[in-house]
Amino acid sequence: MASIRLNDVSVDFVLYQGSARSLKKTLLRTSTSGALKHDAHHRITVKALSNLNLTLEHGDRIGLVGGNGAGKTTLLRVLAGVYEPTAGRIRVEGSVTPLFDLGLGLDMDASGYDNIRMRAAYFGIDGDEIESKMDDIAAFTELGDYLDLPVRTYSAGMTLRLAFAAATAVDPEILLMDEWIAVSDTQFLEKAQRRAEGFVNRSSIMVVASHVDEVLKRLCNKALWLERGTVVRIGPVDEVLAAYHKHNAGSEPAPRDGDE
Amino acid sequence: MTTESFPGSAARQRSGAVYDSGDRSEAARAWDDLREGALRWRLWSRLGWHDIRKRYRRSVLGPFWLTLSMAVMVGSLGLIYGTLFRLDLEGYLPFLAVGLATWTLIASFLNEGCISFIELEPLIKNVRIPMSVHILRALWRNLIIYGHNIVIFAVVALVFGIWPGAAGLLAVAGLALLLVNAGWIMLLLGMICTRFRDVPPIIGSVIQLLFFVTPVMWKPELLGDRRYLMVLNPFYHLLEVIRAPLLGHVPGWESWVAGLLFAAAGWVFTFACFARFRKRIAYWL
Repeated sequence: MASIRLNDVSVDFVLYQGSARSLKKTLLRTSTSGALKHDAHHRITVKALSNLNLTLEHGDRIGLVGGNGAGKTTLLRVLAGVYEPTAGRIRVEGSVTPLFDLGLGLDMDASGYDNIRMRAAYFGIDGDEIESKMDDIAAFTELGDYLDLPVRTYSAGMTLRLAFAAATAVDPEILLMDEWIAVSDTQFLEKAQRRAEGFVNRSSIMVVASHVDEVLKRLCNKALWLERGTVVRIGPVDEVLAAYHKHNAGSEPAPRDGDE
Repeated sequence: MTTESFPGSAARQRSGAVYDSGDRSEAARAWDDLREGALRWRLWSRLGWHDIRKRYRRSVLGPFWLTLSMAVMVGSLGLIYGTLFRLDLEGYLPFLAVGLATWTLIASFLNEGCISFIELEPLIKNVRIPMSVHILRALWRNLIIYGHNIVIFAVVALVFGIWPGAAGLLAVAGLALLLVNAGWIMLLLGMICTRFRDVPPIIGSVIQLLFFVTPVMWKPELLGDRRYLMVLNPFYHLLEVIRAPLLGHVPGWESWVAGLLFAAAGWVFTFACFARFRKRIAYWL
């Protein structure tokens, strides 16, 4: 059984580059809602997450909602262990599969097979384990002999299929996804969705950040509404989404595209 | 919090399946990073080879382009400088072949140490992999390249009938000493250069300077009475513990001591920095 515990987790980013003054202006003008402050060394810091307490258990399928800069991506990266909290503690039991970037580590000059092996190696899967899954992955991509050719020779749709198959090859215990993977190839869509949902279902815990309600409602049983790096509300997905939209309708329309 | 055990899931869990940001001291976690990095040799050796293949995939000779260019370099520099320094080619060419190959290795450790984290930003920001894996990958990659470059020495040695004899075995120990030093240098430079982006050009200039002040092209004997100038250059000693054995001499004890001291001091300092800043690296990117 996988589990995730966040205990008073805070994440502060120190902004190093650029002239502090103009950067500050820029940040304040845009819709970024992370709180800006100066630290002891007069550097500008952004509090991306503040004092987050959270426990996720087996079977939790969490949808993250919140405006741009609410801390969704940062939270996902904290869960992935990429950003270690600047304060507080996180404990994750179970292997984590982060799916933030489908094209991660895709080498255009390597063959399809090599790319699948590389991708798996990043997640600690090597040797026999990946070879035994290779037929299944290859069949899913429908790329056939193209898998022996460099990815450079693929069309955009083929590259997407390869990346998707490689990314979903390893069964996850804890699955983290940033923005539901926008699969635009319509012929591929249904099949990808089936695979993705099977992939999601095999995971013990899943956390996904998305702006699309249908995706959240289909995949998640809980939603977590983040604003300015703190939890506004966590609960059943319908309730939280309703409250979130009600709140947004009251102030301004929620941004529907792009991400922080 | 205690470590609960979850029977049944153990089989599914892969190495490092428990991640806790607060169960041990930062020093212990830095040490774990190094240990886990070493244990994941399958990953970094694969990535190292992959880097080589990627660089030379579309060329006919592959990495042997390096061998070829090293041959041209040793041949032409050997003729010119051998004449300038009035040295006989039989002694100078093997000296230059080892020296240039080894210096190329040292220079790329310094150069690539700077970018070892920066160039892997997408990877570091997406997957939790021990930081040491990225260093070991670059170390391994350059060792493979060294293997291609040192071929020239083997050829030169064959031509001139040089056989290092038993002393040659010391070169293995010398290479190990260089690699131990390269480990901390790359890790330290990686951290510094990720935080301060204007450092890599500075390192570039330093490497150039080091090339001229280190006896790669010229023999240390040429310094005459001022040979003591060499003693303070750690790169001279690291070069010497590889070069001397391959040429059939036993390196002086002071080179071993200097190399070991350099490694010890470097690792202590680097480890302290690593324990302190390891988790900031992802934020700096």
